Amino acid sequence: MAKLIGGLGTSHVPSIGAAVDHGKTQEPYWKPVFDGMLAAKDWIRAVKPDVCIVVYNDHASRFALDLIPTFALGVGASFAPHDEGFGPRPVPVAEGDPEFAWHLAESLIQDDFDLTIVNEMTVDHGLTVPLSIAFGQPEVWPCRVIPLCVNMIQYPQPSGKRCYRLGQAIRRAIDRYPADIRVAIFGTGGLSHQLQGERAGLINREYDQQWLDRFIREPSEVAAIPAVELMRETGSEGIECTMWLVMRGALDEQVRVVHRFYHVPASNTAYGLLVLENATSD
Amino acid sequence: MFCKTLDLASNRELFRQDPAQYLDRFPITDAQRRAVLERDWLGMLRLGGNIYYTFKLAIFDGMTMQHAGAAMSGTGMTVEDFRAMMAAGGRPIEGNRSRLENSLRQASGAEASGTALAQPQAVPESSGSDREPAHG
Repeated sequence: MAKLIGGLGTSHVPSIGAAVDHGKTQEPYWKPVFDGMLAAKDWIRAVKPDVCIVVYNDHASRFALDLIPTFALGVGASFAPHDEGFGPRPVPVAEGDPEFAWHLAESLIQDDFDLTIVNEMTVDHGLTVPLSIAFGQPEVWPCRVIPLCVNMIQYPQPSGKRCYRLGQAIRRAIDRYPADIRVAIFGTGGLSHQLQGERAGLINREYDQQWLDRFIREPSEVAAIPAVELMRETGSEGIECTMWLVMRGALDEQVRVVHRFYHVPASNTAYGLLVLENATSD
Repeated sequence: MFCKTLDLASNRELFRQDPAQYLDRFPITDAQRRAVLERDWLGMLRLGGNIYYTFKLAIFDGMTMQHAGAAMSGTGMTVEDFRAMMAAGGRPIEGNRSRLENSLRQASGAEASGTALAQPQAVPESSGSDREPAHG
């Protein structure tokens, strides 16, 4: 049977991808950030997932105002990096897992999560940066990838509760998949940042740290935090942390912290990283 | 929307050749048109331009997100000021939560050392720096 081996939460700041692509990871500005990622890289190398479900938001790349799916699941065979204005990132094309992805679609939709099924999609920094953080710069990504794209940039976004429950439904789907595959789930985005308007550059370190504490300990309560509180306290784009709740919902209520890291700044953003396993993993 | 079309290199080239003519292809208001041509970043936001769309125009101009952040601060902040603010921990939350919070602080006579939305001084003091403060 399929097995969920853990969850990884990470910001997906585009300039982290640019630092990787342009060989800047050891420069003084970036070194502390990339040093903080090493334990997560070690972890994923050790647990060797066959498939990573990456929960992220698209940034007006594959989807735009003509089509705004709240949840979009990539069931295709491969996902190429999107050209976000500089040409596509020089990273491998992500290989999908259509059979498992269609199982997820079937299971989730029958579990009352009416998500959008996408065969053809390019993926932007929201997905490729977390893969770079986890795996560095391999010739091919060492696992299959299933994109789960959540609308986070256009009001109305799904609530924390909805994302947390979606994670729980994903766990049920994983647990009933007959193939012996090892699955990891990534929740990406955040933490505090505001890119636009007069508050651009807003960072709320104290709130982020408390949010991380509670995210680990009492996820269903964190899921109930209203979006307006997240936007007020952590910036208009800080709301992306809502997507971490999909990852958290897939894990057991009791988790073990494998690695936790926080650093300001990464570009205009507070960088957060968390690796969790179920407390009682066999 | 105009910004989204800049995803294509061929469109970027057309826009570069004749910005005003390129904008004729889109049903935008005069105010939106002016904001785009004058690169009024805060104006574009107020006229409905989400950052993930207007950032496509910023990338076209060779800007980074720090340039956009500085321009949107609305205080005449330079990109160097903005980077220094981020390196010092970012724009502080105190005084920046909401207009309501700011008016309550003012009403209660709270010491206005924070960087309220309407206040021009947005760069936190960093000791030992000989850098000029941001100009309002």
